[in-house]
Amino acid sequence: MDKRFYQFINLLIRLTSVVLILTLVIVAAFIYVLNFSPPPKSEVVELAREEAVVTDFIIDEGYELVVQNCTGCHSSKLVTQNRATSEGWRNTIKWMQETQNLGDLGGREDEIVAYLAKNYAPAKQGRRKNLEGIKWYVLEP
Amino acid sequence: MIWASASLIGSKIVHSSRLPVGYRPLALDNDIPFGKHKDMHVLNDRPWNIEAQAHLLDDDITPQEKMFVRNNGIIPQEIDLENWELLIDGEAISASKKYTLEDLKKKFKPHSYQLTLECGGNGRSEFDPPAKGNQWTTGAVSCAVWTGVRLKDILSDVVLKDNAVYVGYYGTDTHLSGDSDKDAISRGIPIAKAMMEETLLAYQMNGKDIPLAHGHPLRLVAGGWPASASGKWINRLAVRNKVHDGAKMGGSSYRVPCEAVAPGSEVEAEDMCIIESMPVKSIITYPRSGAIVDNTQSFEIRGHAWAGERGVQAVDISVDFGATWISCNLEKPVNRLAWQHWKIALELPEKGYYEVWARASDDVGKMQPMVVPGWNPKGYLNNACHRIAVKSV
Repeated sequence: MDKRFYQFINLLIRLTSVVLILTLVIVAAFIYVLNFSPPPKSEVVELAREEAVVTDFIIDEGYELVVQNCTGCHSSKLVTQNRATSEGWRNTIKWMQETQNLGDLGGREDEIVAYLAKNYAPAKQGRRKNLEGIKWYVLEP
Repeated sequence: MIWASASLIGSKIVHSSRLPVGYRPLALDNDIPFGKHKDMHVLNDRPWNIEAQAHLLDDDITPQEKMFVRNNGIIPQEIDLENWELLIDGEAISASKKYTLEDLKKKFKPHSYQLTLECGGNGRSEFDPPAKGNQWTTGAVSCAVWTGVRLKDILSDVVLKDNAVYVGYYGTDTHLSGDSDKDAISRGIPIAKAMMEETLLAYQMNGKDIPLAHGHPLRLVAGGWPASASGKWINRLAVRNKVHDGAKMGGSSYRVPCEAVAPGSEVEAEDMCIIESMPVKSIITYPRSGAIVDNTQSFEIRGHAWAGERGVQAVDISVDFGATWISCNLEKPVNRLAWQHWKIALELPEKGYYEVWARASDDVGKMQPMVVPGWNPKGYLNNACHRIAVKSV
C-alpha cells in the first residue's frame, strides 16, 4: 500500500515537473518572439462597439491619440500618404474643424501635431525627382 | 511599443459610429474592391481612392477595371432604380421638374462619346512643398465611352431663365462624418459647358450600366474638365443664378491661385480661381517602365495625349532629356474631348540607361513642361512630361 502510494507521488512529481518545464519553455519562447519581432507598422486596434480598425500609422509617442482622433471619419491612409510641417498639420486640423465636423481636440492637439510633424514631415523633392523603384524586365519583341 | 494596442481596447474613437457596417479595412483583406485590376494602387480605403499605373492605361477605351476611383465621401450602398428621381430645380428655372430613369431614357435621344476624365490632382505627389490630399501619381485619368442624354436637352425641357449661370450637382454619396446635412461634394459646371454637345447625363459606361463606384445610375460627364465636375450618383441638378456654392466649390478645392505664386505661399480664398479645362498632357502606356531592350532592334513606344477642351496637335519623345525630340505618329480623336493615341518605333543609338520622355503640344502650341509646373496650395494641374526608364543591352 505504502509503496504504491510513493510510486503514485513519484509519478505525480515527474508529471508536474514536465508540465512546469514545458510551460517555462513556452513562456520563454513567447517572450523571445515578442522582444525580437520588429516593431509593427500596422496593427489591429480594438474599438468600442466590437469593431476593429487597421491603421498604417507609425507607432511612436502620441500614436494612440492619433488613432483615436483621426480614424473615425477617414482611413489612416489619408494621413500617412501626406507630408507636412507642424504648421501644415495644424492648418489641416483647423480646416477639418471648420468644414468637416471635427470637434475641439482640447489639450490633445499639440501632442497629435507633434506626432504628425515628426513622423510625416515633408522631404525636399525639387522640381523633378529621379525615377524610383524601377523593376527591370526583358521586353519581349 | 508592442503593447500599444492593448491600451486602446475599449477606448472611444471619435466618430467610430461612422464606420460602415461590415466594413473591412483593406490592409486586412489585401485585395482591391470594385473588380479593379490587381495592379491598381489603393491610395485611400475610406474614402476609396484608387489609381491606375501608366502601363495599365494602354487600352484605347479604358475598361472599368483600370479606371481610377476618386471619392470625397462614402459611396452609396443601395441604389433604388425603381424610385430613382432626378430633380431639376434652382433659382434660374421657372418651375422645378422631376424625371425617373425611364423618363430620361424614353424622352430624350441617347448619345455616346468617349470622354477624357482626369482628376484635377493627378500628379499631386510631385509638388514641393507637398500639397495636401490623395497623392496621385500618373494614373488618375481615364477615357471611357459614356452614353446618356445631353444635359442641354434636359435644360431646354425645363426652360432656363436669362439669369442662369451654373449647374450644380447633388448625389447620394454621404459625408465622411455621417452628417446628413453635409454634402460630400457638390460641384458643377457653368451654363456654357452644360450646353456643350458632349456634356452628358450618362446612364451607361462602355455599353453597360455605370458601375457603382463610377456613379450608378446617373453621372454628369463633363469631359476635359477636372473629373470632380462630373458628379456621380446624381439625383438633383440645381440651375443657379450664380456660380454654384456647393461643397468643394470654394476655398482651395479644385481652385488654383488666380495669379501665380511662389512655392509654399499662403493664398487667400478670394484669390483662388476655379479650374476649368485641364492642360495638355500625355502618358506612355507601352512599354511599362523598366524595359530592357535589344540594342539591335527597334521597339514600339505608345500612349495617349489629351488637352482638356483643346485638341492635341503633336506628341514628341526625347531619349536625351530634352536635347533632341522625335516626332510621333498621332491619331485624331474619335470625338472631341477624347484622348488621342500616339506611337513610334524607337531604336536606341547606344547601349545604356535611357529615359523616354513624352511631350504633347495642344492646338495653340502649348507644350507640357519637363519640370513640375506652377505650385498651388492643393497641388492641381501637374502636367509635367511622363517618362519611363529603358535599358538598352
